[in-house]
Amino acid sequence: MNDIWDGIVQAFTLIYTLDSDLIKISLRSLQVTLSALAISCIIALPLAAVLTIQQFKFRRFMIALLNALMGLPPVVVGLLVYIVLSRSGPFGVLDLLYTTTAMIIAQTIIITPLITSIAHQSLRELWSEYHDLLISMNTSHTQRIKTLLWDARRALLTASLAGFGRAIGEVGAIMIVGGNIDNATRVLTTAIALETSKGDFALALALGFVLILITIAVNIGTHWLSQTESEGRW
Amino acid sequence: MFPLIAENLVVEFQGKQILGPINLKINKGDIAVILGPNGSGKTSLLKALHGILKLRLGTVRWSCLKAESIGKQMFVFQTPIMLRRSVFENLTYPLLLRKTPKAQANHRAAQWVDRIDLRALMHVPATRLSGGEKQKLALARALITEPEMLFLDEPCASLDGKTTFEIESLLQNCVAGGTTIMMSTHDLGQAKRLAKDIYFLNKGTLESVQSAKTFFIKPLSQNASKFIAGDIVE
Repeated sequence: MNDIWDGIVQAFTLIYTLDSDLIKISLRSLQVTLSALAISCIIALPLAAVLTIQQFKFRRFMIALLNALMGLPPVVVGLLVYIVLSRSGPFGVLDLLYTTTAMIIAQTIIITPLITSIAHQSLRELWSEYHDLLISMNTSHTQRIKTLLWDARRALLTASLAGFGRAIGEVGAIMIVGGNIDNATRVLTTAIALETSKGDFALALALGFVLILITIAVNIGTHWLSQTESEGRW
Repeated sequence: MFPLIAENLVVEFQGKQILGPINLKINKGDIAVILGPNGSGKTSLLKALHGILKLRLGTVRWSCLKAESIGKQMFVFQTPIMLRRSVFENLTYPLLLRKTPKAQANHRAAQWVDRIDLRALMHVPATRLSGGEKQKLALARALITEPEMLFLDEPCASLDGKTTFEIESLLQNCVAGGTTIMMSTHDLGQAKRLAKDIYFLNKGTLESVQSAKTFFIKPLSQNASKFIAGDIVE
């Protein structure tokens, strides 16, 4: 119990005094995860729309595969990205290992299938509603994709928030490819892992609370901005 | 664009023939009303002529190129399909699809919200309208493009007298403006009020085509007499 209490007190002290390390680590966490999220959304949302409206040979297989990849183990992704980016790997020349870029790559790989799958679910429902109308109006594929993405935007926001949640709390992959280097690739989750193994539970907990606060703030902020909960909106 | 000619049109559903073979010809300015019991194939016939249902056999021909005819016909579904947008945006949608300049689209939508008496609700999400309002909006969204051919599938099913009257007035206006109409209904009163020609459909077969005047006095098919008399048609 003491540890938890100490953790809360320390968390507030760290936040109240605007501890520079804490701020740096938190901002790096946000930078890595938001970059990964942005890249993922650019890939996942149009992909989900194409999977919804287009009939092609391996469509069902791709949907099943994406659903399966939702549960992709981050450690394995980390390992694969590590091998690819390591000196002897195919992209070794880029010298990306132990950088935030490598972390962004790993997180993008982890959350893209998740966002695609969730987005595809909601787009599929909307498409079954719109299908006859959009076919009747002789819309082009691009117009259909645009219409679906726009009219399902709130459901897609939820999909991206799910991706954000998974990425910001992820530790296995970024630990491997980022290396948890102080002042370079240390983020909230890897810092927590480190402090815990050092036995500094209070600091670990403090960082944990900050992580939870950030997650809640981002979610509430997004919902507030998009007015998801206000009446009569989607 | 006219006449519209259907030759030996056959439609199958799950391997079972549900419509046809049908031969018919629609001329410019026609108001063709399809009458018939439930399951007689009214909806399938309309959809097949509109080109959104796959034909098993036969052809549907316009006297112009297919691409040209597609842009000049609209379809109003029995259950109105509302885009998850405001009433106003539902009206501008088909115009913006056709690359109408935004200012012009807004101007026309503003005219149409008045015509369908929904100005007070123009910024309300269309999905929150009542059944009658939705149907009026669906009709307005079709008419705003000034189609040459309008298909309607039971546009007044389960609507009250006032809304039915409003919809019929809109239809009469658009006929006066030169639009050709083909619609299905099982409201005999509506058929009497609107139709120029009656197409009597039973079990997927076109049993009779005759002018509305003679249809109600001296129907050519036995089943049609039963239908008019209110008997069960088998």
